[in-house]
This record gives sequence, structure tokens and C-alpha cells, in this order.
Amino acid sequence: MATTTQIDTPPPETPLHTPSGQSTGRLGDRVFMGLTRGSGVLLLVVMAAIAGFLTYRASIAISKDHGNFLTTFDWLPSQTPPVFGIAVLLVGTVISSVIAMVIAVPVAVGIALFISHYAPRRLATTLAYVVDLLAAVPSIIYGIWGALILVPYLGGLNGWLDQYFGWTYIFDQTQSGVSRNMLTVGILLAIMILPIVTSVSREVFLQVPRMNEEAALALGATRWEVIRLSVLPFGRSGVISASMLGLGRALGETMAVATVLSPSYVMSLHLLDPGGGTFAQNIAAKFDEANPLGRDALIASGLVLFVLTLLVNGAARLIIARRKEYSGANA
Amino acid sequence: MKLQQRKTRLRAAALGALAVSGALVLTACGSDNNSGSTGGTGTKTNAASNVKCDGAKGQLRASGSSAQKNAMDLWAKGYMAACSGVDINYKSSSSGEGIVAFNQGTVGYAGSDSPLKPAEVADSKKVCSGGRGIDLPMVGGPIAVGYHLEGVDNLVLDGPTLAKIFSAKIKTWDDPAIKKLNPGAKLPSKAIQPFHRAEDSGTTENLSKYLTAAAPGDWKYPVGKSWPAPGGQAAAGSAGVSQQVKQVDGSIGYFELSYATSQKISTVKIDTGASSPAEATSENASKAIAAAKVVGTGSDLSLKLDYTTKADGAYPIVLVTYEIVCDKGNKADTLGTVKSFLNYTASDDGQKQLSTAGYAPIPAEINAKVRKTLATIS
Repeated sequence: MATTTQIDTPPPETPLHTPSGQSTGRLGDRVFMGLTRGSGVLLLVVMAAIAGFLTYRASIAISKDHGNFLTTFDWLPSQTPPVFGIAVLLVGTVISSVIAMVIAVPVAVGIALFISHYAPRRLATTLAYVVDLLAAVPSIIYGIWGALILVPYLGGLNGWLDQYFGWTYIFDQTQSGVSRNMLTVGILLAIMILPIVTSVSREVFLQVPRMNEEAALALGATRWEVIRLSVLPFGRSGVISASMLGLGRALGETMAVATVLSPSYVMSLHLLDPGGGTFAQNIAAKFDEANPLGRDALIASGLVLFVLTLLVNGAARLIIARRKEYSGANA
Repeated sequence: MKLQQRKTRLRAAALGALAVSGALVLTACGSDNNSGSTGGTGTKTNAASNVKCDGAKGQLRASGSSAQKNAMDLWAKGYMAACSGVDINYKSSSSGEGIVAFNQGTVGYAGSDSPLKPAEVADSKKVCSGGRGIDLPMVGGPIAVGYHLEGVDNLVLDGPTLAKIFSAKIKTWDDPAIKKLNPGAKLPSKAIQPFHRAEDSGTTENLSKYLTAAAPGDWKYPVGKSWPAPGGQAAAGSAGVSQQVKQVDGSIGYFELSYATSQKISTVKIDTGASSPAEATSENASKAIAAAKVVGTGSDLSLKLDYTTKADGAYPIVLVTYEIVCDKGNKADTLGTVKSFLNYTASDDGQKQLSTAGYAPIPAEINAKVRKTLATIS
């Protein structure tokens, strides 16, 4: 692998890109550089425009809010005086996404390892194809499936969790026989983000240098030790990126959550009780009937989701940057 | 050679695509013509169905309450069959959305479960030049309280008990208050799971108005489109609530009667103090709406319903949906169609059709006022 890498690098006498950022002066190069730079700038402009629009509309709403926008447990922008806040939505969005990540990432890594290192080739291709197909199912279909199948069948799991883990507070169920709750949302989101996490992780695991694995095998390592010593460290930053892609999906999921959850503005950390809500679900549920102030209030909540997503992505970048020594670029 | 082959293949594909799209275009035209020709032969009046089409032309867009969607579909079908060249397009969204669309001037009329609020009337003055938006009661209907309880198929409740159930003060089905109203029934000690609407809804507002009037001691929440009481679970839309009630044993929820009939959900009979409990049917809803008074001022005909009626057989949890139009300053290109179509829906013939779709007709004297008002709008 190391030798191929050397061949891949362009010969030094024809640099495509000089350090100062100037091209070689050929027309094609200049046009292409202009195009790429233009695209990059356009992206920044679009992002800035979105942020500007959200901030402007949000400021209108927040200036008229008679509650504290960050700590109020209510959403009544059409009431006089209007009172609304995002506390419940923020907590609900974070909790449902965390549940989804806790369930989805280990399963996805397991599937990816199985496909890339254990399964016979024919099974691996089929399985990979099936997992990718899951990504193509529209979210409303997941929502309907969740409401018709998942919700009734999770009643048993909820009762079991309440019985044996009720002492943990979060699994204490105060309203029995109910499963339109945050745990159900988390499980549904986990299934929805599984394909993206799996498929990126699988690609990364397949990129592990063959020599590393062969060296470990030559030293007498078992297959599990090979995975532990070479595949997982190499793939770690890739798995983190994959998880962040999945997290982004989970944070913004709308219709599936709206179909499965029984929303309310009561703050509760009992995962098995109905209640809570997420930003996207709240916007979907409230937008149709909202008056102009209500729409601005929803846009303000959208701004918080926007910021939350930026923070999460930033954090992911930091983590990946700190683990650069393992990344494929230096292997 | 190869290139040549590819070229011909491409050309063949292009020809094929052209043929297919051409066929599509042609059939599209064909179906247009068909719908035109089934619409009648261009006569202005159709004696058979007593529809007067004077001044009706072109497309009429309307939007609003999903509660009256089935009625609108029925009427629009009958009307368009009689008046050729008129296309009525009622977009079923929600009352709030309908009013927003009306005040933006994008629809000819709006459908709403609750009359215009003062702020909305003020907004409407911008669209209705020289006039204001007015409410015309057009469709009545019962709000069914559906339940799912194995072994119980004849449940009677009254206002205060309903209020306590929906505010989670009564938690099990064998509560003394429910037992007292249902002496013969075998009520299990199962937990009650009340379901309400997740999003803002006119149905919620009307139920809330009923509970406020019928159980003032037990229901002290603000009347509005969003669900005010603690406890219970929420589901999206009437469809979502009825689906949950169908699915969950021990549940109770509220929705338009049609959702209960189509999904075979048992409905609660209401003990109003009359000689026998009233069942949710369109006939019984009409009896309750008959006690309504017009409280709108000027040409506005918004109604005040009597939720505490003790008339025999009157089912008190009813809603009336309105059509909202301008009294003056309607758009010239849709005015004729609006007048003619709403005249038809308010006619005896039009109202008669309501009961077939699970709705309740508006009392005849109020109907007469609606028709009189329609004649004056401009």
C-alpha cells in the first residue's frame, strides 16, 4: 500500500497547486479554480443568509415573549400576553438523539465489522445493499411503521424496564401501558440513522491498510485482536464522522417523531412517560395554525436547532482533528 | 462503427421518449375534454338539482377547516356537475390556515370551525376593501367521544365526568362516578388513557367550550385551540387520535363522528339531564344546534351554541363550521361563483345532503338568514 501511495502522488515538477494558491496559468486550471472558489463562497453566503434570516425573525419573536425564551416550559405564542420557551424542546431533542446514538452506533459498528471482516462475500454484499436500502425509506413511512407496529409492541419492553430498572429514575414509569414516549422516539431514530452510520463505517473499515492487518496476523493475533489493534484505531475518526452524520439526521428528524411521540410541554426525565418534544416536531405540529408571531417564535426555535447542529458539528471536527494521527491521510 | 451504432440507439431512445411524452400530453388533453363534457352542456341552470349557476365562472379556490372537508367535496361535486366551466377547489388544511389564507387574499372564501376573532376581523379589512370578513354558519356536526374498552359497549358519561377524565382526575374505568352513570356495565379497574390532539385544532376548541359550559366546576382551563389540561396523551390530527383509540384498550378520545363510524369505534352517550342519554348522531346534533342563537353583529352570523341544552335527544358536543367571506369588497372574479356556490350549499337541497355524510344541517331559520346575507354581499 505504501508503494502505491507513492505512485499516486503527482511528480514534483508539475505542481497543480503552488503554496501561494496561484494556478499554473493554464486556462482550464484558472476556470476550474474560479468555479470551486465560487462554489465555496456561495456556500458561505447561503449559510450566512440562513443565519441572518433566522436571527432577524427570531429577534422579533423574542422581543415580544413575556416568558424567558430559554427556560419557559410552554408554547403559547397566540395567547395574550404571548409566553413561549424552548426548554422542553431542547432537552427533548438532545435526549432523543442521545438515545438514538447509544443504540445505533454500537449496532452500526457491529454490522460494519461483520460486513467488512467476517461475512462471506456474497452475504456481505447483500447485507450492505439491504442496509443501504433502509436509508432510502422516507421518514413518514418510518413514522407510520412506528405508530402501527413499534408503539404497540414496545409496551412490553417499557413494562419490563419499569419493573427491573424503575429505580434508575429515568426508567420509572408513572403512567402505565403507554409507549408514545421519548424511548420509542429514540429507538425509531436509531433505526433511521443506522444505514448512514453503518455504510460510512464500513467504507472506513475497508480502507484499513492491508499491511497493518497482515502484520498483526503474522504476529499471531486472532481476528478479534486484528480488529482491536488495527481496524478500530484506524477507523475511529471515520466512525466518529459517521456518527455525527447520523446525529445530524436524528436532531432534525421531524415527521417520524411527530407521528410517534405524544408531545407535551411538561419537563420530565422519565423516558417511559409520554411527553416532551423536539424542535423539528414542534415546528411541524405548530406551523400550520400559527399566527405571524407564532411563526416567528417557531423560527426562533429553529435558530436554536441551527446553532445546536453547528455546535455538534464543530465538536465532531475537534475530536477528529485531535485524532489525526490515526486518520487515513497519515497511514 | 460503434459510434454509429450508439448514435442510432440514442436516436431511437429519443424517438421513444418523444412518443411516450407525446402520448401523455395527448391523453392529458383528452381527460381535460372529458371532464369538461361531463360537466354539462353549457346550460346556465340545471333544473334537476335546482342549482343556479348565475355569474359562476372559472376557478374558485378556498381553504380551511378539515372538519367540513367531506361536506365540501360532496357539494363541489354536485355543483360542478350542474355548472359547467366552474372549478371549485377546497383545500382542507385547518381553520387557522384558512383564515390566514383568506386574510392574505389568496382564496375566495375560507372555512373555519370558529368565528373570526377581533384581530382577524381587523386584518380582513385590508383584503375586503370597504368591508370586513363575516362568518356564515354552513355545516354542523357532532364531535364524537370515542372509547375502547373490552367488554363495555354502551357507555354513558356526563359533562363533569368527561371533564374529570380528560383532566386526569378520574384515572380508572371503575371509578365511582362512572359506575354511577353505568349501573349495568362491568367496568374493569383498567387505567383510563385519554387522548387529545397534538396540534392546535378547532375540534379541541369546541370540546373545550362544551366542557367549560357543561362542567364549570371541573374544567377551569382557558378555551383555545391548543389542549389546555394536564395528563393524557397527544396524537396528530383526528386520524391520529382515532387510530390510537382504536389501538389502545382503555383509551378515550374525541374526533368528528365520521372517524368513529369509518373505524367502528364505540362512542360515548352523553347524559344531559334529558330523559335518556343522547347518542352522537347527525340528527341529535341538529337538535342541539337548533338551540343556537345568532350573536354576530351586522351581516356577521356567528352563532352561540347552547351546550347545556336538556332537550330530548339533543347531543350537546357539537361544532358549527363557518364559511368566511367579505361583506363588501370580494374579488370581482370570484364573487359570482362564491355567491352562487354558497347559495347552493345553504339551500334546502344542499343542507339535506349533509346528514348522508355524517354532518348536521344548520337550522332552517339560520339558513334563511345565510341566504339573505349572501344576496347582499358584493
